[in-house]
Amino acid sequence: MTVSPPLAPLTPSADRLTWRTALRRLVPANRKARVGLAIIGVYVLVAAVGPWIVQSLMGLSPTELTGDVLQSPSGAHPLGTTQDGSDVLAQLVVGTRTSLLVGALAAVVSTTLSVAVGLIGGYYGGTVDSVLGALTNAFLVLPGLPLVIVLAGYLRGRGGPFAVALVIGLTGWAWGARSKRVQTLSLRGRDFVVGARLLGESNLRIMLVEVLPNLLPVISATLMLSLVTSILAVSGLDFLGIGDLNSVSWGTMLYFAQQRQAMVAGAWWWFVPPGVAITVLGAAAGLVNFGIDELTNPRLRGAGGKAAKTRKPRKKGVR
Amino acid sequence: MTPEPHPSSRTPADSEPAPVLEAVDVTVHYPVHHGPRGETVHALENASLRLRPGRTVALVGESGSGKSTFARTLALAQEPTSGSILLHGEPASARGRRARRAYARRVQMVLQDPFGSLNPLHRVRYLLERPLRLHGSVTGREDVEQRLRALLERVRLTPPERFLDAFPHELSGGQRQRVAIARALAVQPEVLLGDELVSMLDVSIRLEILNLLAALRDEEHLAMLYITHDIAGARYFTDEIAVMYAGEIVEYGTAEDVTQTPAHPYTRLLLDSTPDPDRMEFLAGRTNDVEDTAPDAADDDYGEPPDLVRPPSGCRFHPRCPFARPECSTDRPPRVQVADGHWAHCWLLVQPAAEETRAPSATTPEMTL
Ligand SMILES: Nc1ncnc2c1ncn2[C@@H]1O[C@H](COP(=O)(O)OP(=O)(O)OP(=O)(O)O)[C@@H](O)[C@H]1O
Ligand SMILES: [Mg+2]
Repeated sequence: MTVSPPLAPLTPSADRLTWRTALRRLVPANRKARVGLAIIGVYVLVAAVGPWIVQSLMGLSPTELTGDVLQSPSGAHPLGTTQDGSDVLAQLVVGTRTSLLVGALAAVVSTTLSVAVGLIGGYYGGTVDSVLGALTNAFLVLPGLPLVIVLAGYLRGRGGPFAVALVIGLTGWAWGARSKRVQTLSLRGRDFVVGARLLGESNLRIMLVEVLPNLLPVISATLMLSLVTSILAVSGLDFLGIGDLNSVSWGTMLYFAQQRQAMVAGAWWWFVPPGVAITVLGAAAGLVNFGIDELTNPRLRGAGGKAAKTRKPRKKGVR
Repeated sequence: MTPEPHPSSRTPADSEPAPVLEAVDVTVHYPVHHGPRGETVHALENASLRLRPGRTVALVGESGSGKSTFARTLALAQEPTSGSILLHGEPASARGRRARRAYARRVQMVLQDPFGSLNPLHRVRYLLERPLRLHGSVTGREDVEQRLRALLERVRLTPPERFLDAFPHELSGGQRQRVAIARALAVQPEVLLGDELVSMLDVSIRLEILNLLAALRDEEHLAMLYITHDIAGARYFTDEIAVMYAGEIVEYGTAEDVTQTPAHPYTRLLLDSTPDPDRMEFLAGRTNDVEDTAPDAADDDYGEPPDLVRPPSGCRFHPRCPFARPECSTDRPPRVQVADGHWAHCWLLVQPAAEETRAPSATTPEMTL
């Protein structure tokens, strides 16, 4: 809160935030962000219907061991086969589903945690905020990846890929909590929140019905980004061989390709597809991140527009 | 309904009802965040006020004088630095959901800015339904629907169907203000704290709303705090007027007394500047209504707005007062009774008392500006 008159009317852009426009704002009005989202959309599509097409329509299996060992791409096996004779395309497509599901679970867990911590801390302030802030900072300085590696190594594939997802989600919420807290802080002093309190609304209802809907754009951005970073993290763990090696994912594909020396054998069709899948997804995440940053940080956008007044500029990405 | 100025001849003497809501020596200091540590904005200083059932008190003063701060403190939206708020003589508390709800049922506030006070994500229906469900003991869907319509008709948002499903951004400032008023009235409170209640409304609607409020005051004994920039208008609508300057109540009395025989130079200034736009440069456009018409404030000697972080010593008005004396800049002026129920904080009222016995400032000849 500042000394300036507290009565500055909301800017029109914030004014026009209704349920409908809020939903529309889930798709950011920025080209980079849109391209990134479109790429992620393709992945989701592949994960949704890909396995069915590959397995039922094309009759390929990701796990069946055939006699066709380490074959280069052909009509029967569009992306060739592994050393066990499994089809790479089938593995890639099924792996996309696994990776996305695992990533989605991790993202939902971490986003939910970040919203809860940020909203409660920012809304109540005081001691609650201090405690939650300390917790957030603790998780921020925790060396995330090493911790995940240790925990995942302890699990050793027990609990399947979703146990790993939980671990990633539980360790990756801190950045998101920060941005939610800042947003909530600025909303808390707004007249409509004060008004709801003066009407006798309960704190829970104010948080859920008055504040939370106004956080939707930020929440959706966080969800998107943590989806991708979680996928990357899971792939990394799988590649290191400390994920669930029984599942078919991009990470386990790379793990086995490396174990069986696909590189030495010149079997590029084995390790390039999952590598490209991961890289492109990472790039998409980068695009979304840059795009959202441009939308929320007026300094990156030439002459500052309306968003300059409605949102706090943030140094980091939205995550 | 014809606009009918309510009789301002009512004196506070005729059977004063006991106050519903009372502020006793309330002080609010806001911390300054981007200044040296420990500095505060002295937004409200030792303010006392009584709101009685069926009575209206106006709070007038230029922008930044602490009117909203005072009202928010009365609504328990702002913790006072010192002093207390009494509801029916008992210290008021809004700690915990139960206490807050009980307080909300009796005391409602309409916030100043209708563009900020309504959540842009909710429809008018929701905004008005909540107070009904929280406080109105509604019996069912039908009942709610009926009361919603009645509320909207009361504030002249007709036909109700047109407004029930509107979002705030589809409404004009005046329409939003009326939704905000309806929201407070839905609770059927004992006290209504209105921060610039009608300043956003067209003149015709303004009169209708004021008549509605006057009816509530007279028939349901609503106690009301009426914050406004318009001291002349306040005279016709309110029983008593408190004039605020830089966080202090500098003059208090019946609407009649304060507007007819103002005792404080600042009150005279407010009165003089109200009808005559030329005079307003004296106030340097510090009041909202004249922002566009007032000439440049910078080259005006009297135009300095008071610095509330380091308020002027003595009388806070002395840097802008045309009659300032030496003591005005050093000592806080005492409270001087000028008539029954009419007092002001001003040294000018003290000095002549040595020569004359009574000193109604209106008789001081050189006080014309
Ligand atoms: N939350 C706050 N934090 C710090 N300072 C504040 C806060 N709210 C108000 N102030 C300051 O306190 C002083 C009084 O403000 P207030 O809003 O009460 O004035 P006002 O009389 O209502 O003005 P207006 O007529 O413009 O509404 C101003 O200087 C304002 O900047
Ligand atoms: Mg105000």
